Amino acid sequence: MMAGITKIDLARTGNEAMAYAMKQVNPDVVAAYPITPATEIVQLFAQYVADGEVDTEYVPVESEHSAMSACIGSSAAGARTMTGTSSQGLALMYEMCYIAAGLRLPIVMADVNRALSAPINIHCDHSDTMGMRDAGWIHIFSENAQEAYDNMLQAVRIAEHESVRLPVLVTTDGFIISHGMERVATLPDDEVKKFIGPFKPGTMLLDVAKPITVGALNFTDFYFEHRRALVDAQAASVAVIKQVGREFGQKYGTAYDCIEPYQLADAEYAIVALGSTCGTAKVVIDQLRAGGVKAGMLKIRVFRPFPAAEIAAALAGKKSVAVLDRSDVLGGFGGPVFTEVRSALYQKPNAPLLADYIYGLGGREIDMEMIGSVFAQLQDGTAKPDSVQYLGVRD
Amino acid sequence: MIEIRWHGRGGQGAKTVALLLADAALAVGKHMQAFPEYGPERMGAPVQSFNRISDRPITLHCSVKEPSVVAVLDPTLMATVNVTGGLKPDGILLVNTALSPAEIKQQTGFAGTVYTIDASKISRETIGRDIPNTPMLGALVKVTGVLDFDAMVEDTEKKLAKKFSHRPEVIEGNIKSIKRAALEVRAA
Repeated sequence: MMAGITKIDLARTGNEAMAYAMKQVNPDVVAAYPITPATEIVQLFAQYVADGEVDTEYVPVESEHSAMSACIGSSAAGARTMTGTSSQGLALMYEMCYIAAGLRLPIVMADVNRALSAPINIHCDHSDTMGMRDAGWIHIFSENAQEAYDNMLQAVRIAEHESVRLPVLVTTDGFIISHGMERVATLPDDEVKKFIGPFKPGTMLLDVAKPITVGALNFTDFYFEHRRALVDAQAASVAVIKQVGREFGQKYGTAYDCIEPYQLADAEYAIVALGSTCGTAKVVIDQLRAGGVKAGMLKIRVFRPFPAAEIAAALAGKKSVAVLDRSDVLGGFGGPVFTEVRSALYQKPNAPLLADYIYGLGGREIDMEMIGSVFAQLQDGTAKPDSVQYLGVRD
Repeated sequence: MIEIRWHGRGGQGAKTVALLLADAALAVGKHMQAFPEYGPERMGAPVQSFNRISDRPITLHCSVKEPSVVAVLDPTLMATVNVTGGLKPDGILLVNTALSPAEIKQQTGFAGTVYTIDASKISRETIGRDIPNTPMLGALVKVTGVLDFDAMVEDTEKKLAKKFSHRPEVIEGNIKSIKRAALEVRAA
């Protein structure tokens, strides 16, 4: 850590940590609609607005579709814009989320991962944000409240970088992180301000000296090129995500990357996972290691852009690997993380045996014993290659 | 690392007491977690909340299955909820009741250490209402020694002062209840 920066330890839930990061970012506009378990994020932020602790124009809209629409309008106008939602709320936004990315608007959104209906459920799985896989957003998962805070700050830098200009989604696991209080090391307000810098929109609707059209029609003539430019922006964001994560580490002590290996270098058996489960898995791996098992983990922090080459390199040479998917691709072959990892490994030298475990849908508990059972199946060969299994479900 | 499970009924402050303990743990430099179990929480329904407290960072994000301390905010729960389920045999059971530890020991068949405290009575006499969570916090910190008692009182007073700045009598009553509970908690 650089001299002179004193972090302040606070007891914060994931929601409180995200709202606090938003307060310190002090965006120009927040447009939002509350939904469990993300309600507190916008509720706390509304309180910051009411108490005069931020200068933000807070737009309490009548639905999530309107929330994202208002965010698109304000971001296109040249305002630093943020929002937060979850599950059905995010699903109601989907239509507008594609537009936010297509228009290259650097909106930052906090999403608390929650299952999708039906049946109605308020607990954690990753189905809601997996619906954003093809929307063009950068997608960052958080293991705990600390990462949620750190990721929100970095997201602003990443979204607004001139070679990126894409919306960024930062997620936490519903209730497990959103409502769990932990120790969170926060930065002083002025340090956050310095880190994110002033917002410099590339173009803005309100620049009367340089009038532009936003949301123009593209048919067979230019649509393809504009979509291709989105692909390039996603690709370009990798270097920015890494650079911002490195800088965060140099300045504040914890560096971030697209993936986080844990005891992976010499591991024979490994799991791949997202979010809060990774924290529990670390304890399981420590115990297995103490018993002489070469266990490890690859945590995926950035799901979009998908770090395919890095993942393939990190998993090369492992005996067998289990992907833990907290959502399912109904009618597909395995969960979304599995299909992507498998695709990343295809035709790579020394690719490991890969099995998929779909777990935790609708908040179903994932504990140390269950993670331990996955490692046991990797070791004894019951984790068959290219198999998709359901962990912790009553068949 | 110490793991604690709180049993209460919706409205008794089982969630709040876990948050207060976590906050106090942070104030003395510990790593901590506080999280409620989210079920059909309603006024009067059985609820649980949890704490983990450690000198080292805590990465576990699964539920607490084998706590070393269980605190019961409402003794009537014991008729329907297995409050000692998963509790370590050498653990601590702390119950808000007018009964003696020996009576609770007999009632639950728990072999470990049992403490009782009439937290509802203390709450009525110091706060004016039966909200037993803060006296239970006082008793729990006293008997477990998980935190320095005086540091916990000091931090809780600070937190309450922030939350109830317009109602100083709430702060005074709660702090009184915490200190009284520490004196009145009974061992077998």
